[in-house]
Amino acid sequence: MTLLAPARPTVLPSAPPRRKRNKQWIGALYAAPTAFVVGMFFVVPLALVVWMSLHHWPLLGAPTLNVPDNYAGLGDDELLRTAVWFTLKYTVVVTVLLFALSFGLALMVQHRGRGVGLLRTAFFLPAAVGFASASLLFLGLLSDEIGPVNDLLAGDGYLSLTSGSPNTALGSAVVLVLWRFAGFNMLILLTGLQAIPLDVYEAARLDGATRWQIFRRITVPLMRPTIALVLTLMITGSLLAFDQFWILTRGGPDNSTTSLVMVIYREAFIELDLGSAAAISVVLLGVLIVFNAIQLGVLRRRSQ
Amino acid sequence: MNRVLRGTVAATLLLAGALSTAACGGDDEAATPEAADSGATLTLWTRAATESVSKAYAAAYNATHKNQVQVTAYPNEEYPAKLASAAGAKALPDLFASDVVFAPQYASQGLWLDITDKFNALPVKDEVAPAHVRNGTWNKKNYAVPHTIDMSVMLYNKDLFTKAGLDPEKPPTSLTEFAAAARAVDKLGGDINGTYFGGNCGGCNVFTLWPSVWAAGGDVMNAEGTASTIDSKEMAEVFALYRKLYEEGVAAPASKDEAGPTWLGALQSGKIGIAPAPSAWLGIIEEKAAFKVGIAPISGINGGESTFVGGDSIGIGATSKHAAQAWDFLAWTLGDEAQVEVVAKGKGVPTRTDLASNKYSSADPRIVTINNLMGKGRTPYAKNFNATYNDPQSPWNTAFRGALFGDAQKSLGDGASALTASLKK
Repeated sequence: MTLLAPARPTVLPSAPPRRKRNKQWIGALYAAPTAFVVGMFFVVPLALVVWMSLHHWPLLGAPTLNVPDNYAGLGDDELLRTAVWFTLKYTVVVTVLLFALSFGLALMVQHRGRGVGLLRTAFFLPAAVGFASASLLFLGLLSDEIGPVNDLLAGDGYLSLTSGSPNTALGSAVVLVLWRFAGFNMLILLTGLQAIPLDVYEAARLDGATRWQIFRRITVPLMRPTIALVLTLMITGSLLAFDQFWILTRGGPDNSTTSLVMVIYREAFIELDLGSAAAISVVLLGVLIVFNAIQLGVLRRRSQ
Repeated sequence: MNRVLRGTVAATLLLAGALSTAACGGDDEAATPEAADSGATLTLWTRAATESVSKAYAAAYNATHKNQVQVTAYPNEEYPAKLASAAGAKALPDLFASDVVFAPQYASQGLWLDITDKFNALPVKDEVAPAHVRNGTWNKKNYAVPHTIDMSVMLYNKDLFTKAGLDPEKPPTSLTEFAAAARAVDKLGGDINGTYFGGNCGGCNVFTLWPSVWAAGGDVMNAEGTASTIDSKEMAEVFALYRKLYEEGVAAPASKDEAGPTWLGALQSGKIGIAPAPSAWLGIIEEKAAFKVGIAPISGINGGESTFVGGDSIGIGATSKHAAQAWDFLAWTLGDEAQVEVVAKGKGVPTRTDLASNKYSSADPRIVTINNLMGKGRTPYAKNFNATYNDPQSPWNTAFRGALFGDAQKSLGDGASALTASLKK
């Protein structure tokens, strides 16, 4: 797309134009397959979603323009309001906990030593399990019928962690996400940690800096781009949470763990209201773009 | 190098062209009027709960016809989404079944072909389960016929009844007696509980609680399915009774969180005295259980009896290229041979009222009880049924959870207006 821009006849005053343009065409050629895939599977569906959000869009048959009904209707949707609030709460909880845990793990295994390889592998291993499979695994573990966890906690009594109360339901999902994603984020943070030159640490130590000072004044500032990246991934992932709640809690009890994407799914496939589903998606996309722009802004400023 | 660019553009367009033709492929098989039994392969989709019946129909049909029906089943909860996405992609199967209460929605969305003329030409059309036929109707046109029938009944453990000093041959005849029986069984103690219900399952409660409202002369919706009346006295009484059973610990504690998947398992365990459940479970529970199962109609607070005539409807996919052959299969399923030799033989409820008593039903008096209930039961009609009642995020779920475990008065009042808003969508 942008790669195709130089295709316009650019007149360069001195350099032999033929060769330069030749290269540009070949560049465009190389980029064409990617541009095609991005266009076909990203730009076109995106445009279609925006287009759908302006219409009453039946499953079969012709859509009719109804702008701005789909957007105006969002304000009255009580379930959507609950879901927005819950998704934000979940994002804050997960981002804070997941970041602390991942960073902790990364610091633990940052230097080579006895057993560190084993620990790194162990921490990363859950990332090799598919997320849906991991959710089902937790559903089994936490189930009152077949799982061992309830027996340990409640003995003979009845206890349902995934649907007993809003807090235990959220807790179950958070523990699942921590288990599944801490290792992966640890890996990203680890690459950041190891990119910091050792002589910086040595210099600091010679100057008599304590461990805490080294962490605060050297590690964290030099890690900023990596931290920004990890936080971006965590926040985006949390705002788009679906699998863990869909499988583990089914959005319950009493809609207390219904995420935004579940509401989109419900609008589209249960209410069969594709227009409204598209409208929520567009709004969510807008929010994500804002979040990412802020975070990339931070990233860019610090890496200058 | 314009040539290179032109080449790229041409290749890209070609590829795009190839993809888009692939996406809407299959158009070349034009629908020409063919013989009804021409040897076509018909795809049939169904939900897991109905799979065994659909497969039994298909096997019997395939054995005597040139057409071949291939059944694919999907998990119950994922099935509506699967249908919706197939419809959006214009890739519906030749035939698809759906929960009968979702039929008005699919009919109104045009997912099934109009079969009004074909259905009216059937000699047995007046004998086909009327409530089911109505649910497959939209704007006075028929889109679906009954596929299976499943009714809600009280299932009880005769062994536990005997142990608790109750007469196993005299099941309760009112909801009050049901509660008394449940309390008596619960007194046996240990891990035995009086009753069980799906306290976090919209579809279950629609199926098991509404008949008690109907039996008492009340209703849950208006006839058009556009306004909820769950704030009625009859509905409130039913909720209050179940609420009390839960609070007293007579209903198993797991009832509160039961979302459906472990409902059958709980009744199969033999630790529940009496509970409302699908009639189709009679055979399934008996297959594995070491105890005797009794069956009774669901009653109202002070008597009367009713049932929720559930089950599945089936119609011809709107994008099918084999409509004539698909109808041949549907017409055959409504015939005597299929209804007696496939459905009744498999202990199912025939979809035809004139076949309620047949050579297989007379062997088991409990089956006669079930079949006779059909005339007293109802199938509720509402276009937006799934989103309003069955879905875990439905307003019905919020309302009955409140009525059973929270602020009952407020939940039913707020619930009725939330349900009406959803029904009107």
